[in-house]
Amino acid sequence: MIGIRDYKKAASLEEAYQLNQKRGNRLLGGMLWLKLSRNSVQTVIDISGLGLDKIEETGEGLRLGAMVTLRQLELDEKLVTYGGGAFREAVGRIVGVQFRNLATLGGSIYGRFGFSDVLTLFLALDATVCLYKRGRVPLRDYAALPYDRDIITHLLLPKAAPLAVAYRSARLTETDFPLLTCGCAVRSDALNIAVGARPGRALLLSGLEKYAGRKLKDEEIEEIAAHAAATVPTGSNTRGSAAYRTHLVQVLCARALRACFRKEDGCGADADS
Amino acid sequence: MKIVNTSVPKKDALQLLTGQPVYTDDLAPKDCLIVRLLRSPYASAIVKSVNKKAALLIPDIEAVYTWEDLPADAKRFTLAGQTYPEPSPHDHLILDRRLRYVGDPVAIVAGRNEAAVEKALALIKVEYEVLEPLLDPTVAKDNKIIVHPEDDWEALCPVGADNKRNLCAHAESNAGDIEATLADCDIVLDRTYHTKAVQQCMMETYRTFCTIDTYGRLVITGATQVPFHVRRIVALALGIPKSKVRVIKPRIGGGFGAKQTCVSEVYPALVTWLTKKPSKIVFSRYECMTASSPRHETHMRVRLGAMKDGRIRGIDMYAVSNTGAYGDHGPTTVDLTGHKPITLYRTESYRFVADVVYTNNMPAGAYRGYGAPQGMFAVESAVNELAALLGMDAFLLREKNIIHEGDYLPSYYGETNTSCALDRCLARAKELSGWEEKGLCRKLQNGKVRALGMAMAMQGSAIPYLDVGGATLRLGDEGTYNLLIGASDMGTGCDTILAQIAAEVLECDLDAVSVFGVDTDASPYDSGSYASSTTYLTGQAVYQAAAELRRRLTLLAAKLLKCEADEIIFDGKKAAKIDGSGALTLAELAVASQAGNDVALDVTASTKSTASPPPFMVGVAEVDIDTETGEVRPVHYYGVVDCGTCINPNLAKVQTEGGIVQGIGMALSENVTYAPDGRVYENSLMQYKIPSRLDNGRLTVVFEPSYEKSGPFGAKSIGELVINTPGPAIAAAIANAVGARFYELPVTPEQVAMAAAARKKK
Amino acid sequence: MELTLTLNGKKMSRLIEPGILLLDFLRSEGCYSVKRGCETSNCGLCTVFLDDVPVLSCSLLAARAQGRRVTTLEGLRQEAEELAAFIAAQGAEQCGFCNPGFMMNAIALLREKAEPSVDEIRDYLAGNLCRCSGYEGQLRGILAFIEWRKSEKGGAAR
Repeated sequence: MIGIRDYKKAASLEEAYQLNQKRGNRLLGGMLWLKLSRNSVQTVIDISGLGLDKIEETGEGLRLGAMVTLRQLELDEKLVTYGGGAFREAVGRIVGVQFRNLATLGGSIYGRFGFSDVLTLFLALDATVCLYKRGRVPLRDYAALPYDRDIITHLLLPKAAPLAVAYRSARLTETDFPLLTCGCAVRSDALNIAVGARPGRALLLSGLEKYAGRKLKDEEIEEIAAHAAATVPTGSNTRGSAAYRTHLVQVLCARALRACFRKEDGCGADADS
Repeated sequence: MKIVNTSVPKKDALQLLTGQPVYTDDLAPKDCLIVRLLRSPYASAIVKSVNKKAALLIPDIEAVYTWEDLPADAKRFTLAGQTYPEPSPHDHLILDRRLRYVGDPVAIVAGRNEAAVEKALALIKVEYEVLEPLLDPTVAKDNKIIVHPEDDWEALCPVGADNKRNLCAHAESNAGDIEATLADCDIVLDRTYHTKAVQQCMMETYRTFCTIDTYGRLVITGATQVPFHVRRIVALALGIPKSKVRVIKPRIGGGFGAKQTCVSEVYPALVTWLTKKPSKIVFSRYECMTASSPRHETHMRVRLGAMKDGRIRGIDMYAVSNTGAYGDHGPTTVDLTGHKPITLYRTESYRFVADVVYTNNMPAGAYRGYGAPQGMFAVESAVNELAALLGMDAFLLREKNIIHEGDYLPSYYGETNTSCALDRCLARAKELSGWEEKGLCRKLQNGKVRALGMAMAMQGSAIPYLDVGGATLRLGDEGTYNLLIGASDMGTGCDTILAQIAAEVLECDLDAVSVFGVDTDASPYDSGSYASSTTYLTGQAVYQAAAELRRRLTLLAAKLLKCEADEIIFDGKKAAKIDGSGALTLAELAVASQAGNDVALDVTASTKSTASPPPFMVGVAEVDIDTETGEVRPVHYYGVVDCGTCINPNLAKVQTEGGIVQGIGMALSENVTYAPDGRVYENSLMQYKIPSRLDNGRLTVVFEPSYEKSGPFGAKSIGELVINTPGPAIAAAIANAVGARFYELPVTPEQVAMAAAARKKK
Repeated sequence: MELTLTLNGKKMSRLIEPGILLLDFLRSEGCYSVKRGCETSNCGLCTVFLDDVPVLSCSLLAARAQGRRVTTLEGLRQEAEELAAFIAAQGAEQCGFCNPGFMMNAIALLREKAEPSVDEIRDYLAGNLCRCSGYEGQLRGILAFIEWRKSEKGGAAR
């Protein structure tokens, strides 16, 4: 269990940032993961008083504060409008309501955990990470960066909602970590497929340009799923082997894609999940 | 019957549901020393030296003990809560120089607060001589690595143990000539099965606090199913007289057999005995998952001989049970692995051979079912496979072969099947589950496959000629009663059930019976709550005590009314003369019993049993299988149970439902696996997945009672039986969906998906 | 550091260690209903309300309750007893160790939604593990309670 010597509730992002530059200090998100670390922390920095717990529509798109909880992601109406059932599908089974009332979006994204449902979905959605000092970084770049001492303030989702979004995962038990995750977003100019819990960090599939902006035939969906299985690196842990995960990549990619194109008009939000 | 066979709420229900402070850690004195253990990071090692100087310099540290602090002549003991002399070998010391698994205690630290203790743990310097561990039970027997090479290792009972061969026990039993039978069968199915270790995961981890009382005695308060055994074991471990030890059991947050092993008691006991200060230990969940007493991992080879018409003629089983680093419950659990499942069938012959082996894994112990779930998975899976081979319905195959009431049971110690509704359970389960209408396997619109599978099970009720049930009943003021018991209510509701039996005999309201348990100074001796014994055996003790108390009430009334006892009729409220010429209310009798009275209205009864009447169950699993991802989700489980008379139908039902869901966990998601260095991977509830309420589907449980004449009001046991069927039933359902068989528990999504994919390719 | 909060309706100030978890703080204040069942935020035994929202007190620094309302089962006795009677009527309390966390979260659910469906009940309470009951009896109890409350309200309206 973690040992914490001091607690400081930041009055401003600048104060939080300054405190966070000290080795031995840690930023406090939902604390669910921090709690498990064996290190001792000098000062934990609480940014829960800085109004970062809102989901807002802005001129640039949807702006989600770093302290937005997973429970908010699951229930917020703006997100239902934006992504159909995909948000709920991605986070609605994570441990339990009491857990999701604490766990934060910022913590999930900063952690870039291999098992992260949140990272998988937000990658598929083309999210941008807003950092206090560094400014904006596309999540697809941020996901590959090493841990640093900047502060995530918000995540931005593009103003135009995807034509369709779908999220699929497989799990040993309903509330367990995923065995594999797959998020798909169909845009008029792009097709995004993110695969996570490989068990490494989620990544976006490349080479999908030719499938962008149109309704896909069944054979094409199978083709993409096979491509995903052939290119996404997988590994083994206690929950499953690399071979099994590669099998799941193909299954879940195909399923998520089919869900995206199920509606007659070619696209629709993932309402059936 | 007015109170027996009714679903009264548990006597402690509202206290528990409103969160009252009734558990060990709620009751511990605030000034308790905090006790924690430094545990071995190696699966096999010798402690070369321990430097505790730095730890002892911390101001709030009271004591640090290592193997050097134990008396040189400390005797080995077993942590298994069993009747003395225990079948489990005496192979433990409180602290040993040789460490036998990752987690074996190296040092005990006691301090005035958590922070100091944690700091001290980090400052103890230990020099280890690291040895090569033995981690594979299948090669443990006669391996060159010996887990218990010490000369003072001792097996008190003839269980075929030999520490120099890594044998905790070896057992053989048979009836008829199994080889001749199998040679004469049309079909001999020869299969190997494997069940992994699984954890009890009671919500309250192991915990104990100790104090010294007015008389200088050691008082141990803790979560235990076996207070009287704890008293004996701790006295032996500390080398002090048993008269110096008193054990109190408050409410327990679940047991399931885990607390039939003395996992946490000896450490604070040592601290308090040596320092004379109160102390407590509360196991973390991490400790509970890595250094506890899970179910024995078991490898089983089954040979099942049958004729083409479905007649099962012989069952041969060889089991290797992995007891891990210590032999707690090793020799006895394996017995059930063979005898319970084999006994379900009328065969011409059987044989059961077992080796219980030591390894450098976490020590195993008692867990609900006590060896039976492993064997039930093997035999019931084999029978299900036989049904498929024969093209015969799994129910029909059972109907042809099951034992019936009145049968002589050669594989069950030669007992007679005195009460048995197994045939009715089969019929009811088939109907209830819609077995015939639904079909074994159908495709759903969402692409999943819904499949059915079934299994049968039996267990025992108490250990014959060994277990002792005890009850004291006493008339108190105002005509109410006190019932004192030595059996541990661990949440199952035995306090209430036993009070129901007393109230039925005494014809009083349930509220008129106050229950007290357990305090080894005040409770009558009872072996404890295990081996499915409490309702059946302690229930008989309560029945007898109540009947005797009735007789004595009549005697006192006769004295007071100046007549013969047989002229008195007692109806629970008053004792009246038959001719109507006089009567005393119970309250008047109670008052009279406290003035110039020499008729003791305080009765203790003690019972043993001469048989272990089996309860029976049939389970049907209805399961959704995603054949592509391999995810398996039970949607409905149907259980039909013969536990004799249900003393409290609600509590029997909830027992069954809880057991089914634990069985579902064992079937699908619960797993203990080891890293190459002997560390347990599933070391938390984050990694070890017990079912949440989204993982078990709906449950339907009904009863088909027989009447067991030797039990109280016809009751048998229920607690353990109910965990047995999900493993084989779910494995069968998956097989029916995928077309491939599974020989290991848990059946993982990976196994299912890969089997289905391989079949698709063909 | 000093912590000021409203615990079960009572405003209080205490000097606390900055690193103390809310669970440990609450037990030190005599709220023994709050139990610890794991170290990994998985079991739900320690559920309390922070400003009426159910959270895991094992995963929250007490310091974060500054200026807020914290409610444990000790503060909900009457509300708890109503529901408890229906769980007890099923015998589903069993060992009782998970009960306080379960009761807290069930109360949170029933405050949010008066008549949740079976699926909604199971979803909302998924983070409350119970090893004794198999969950079915708890479900029966909650459904019976909802029915009773409906008829009570209906009765009052008439």
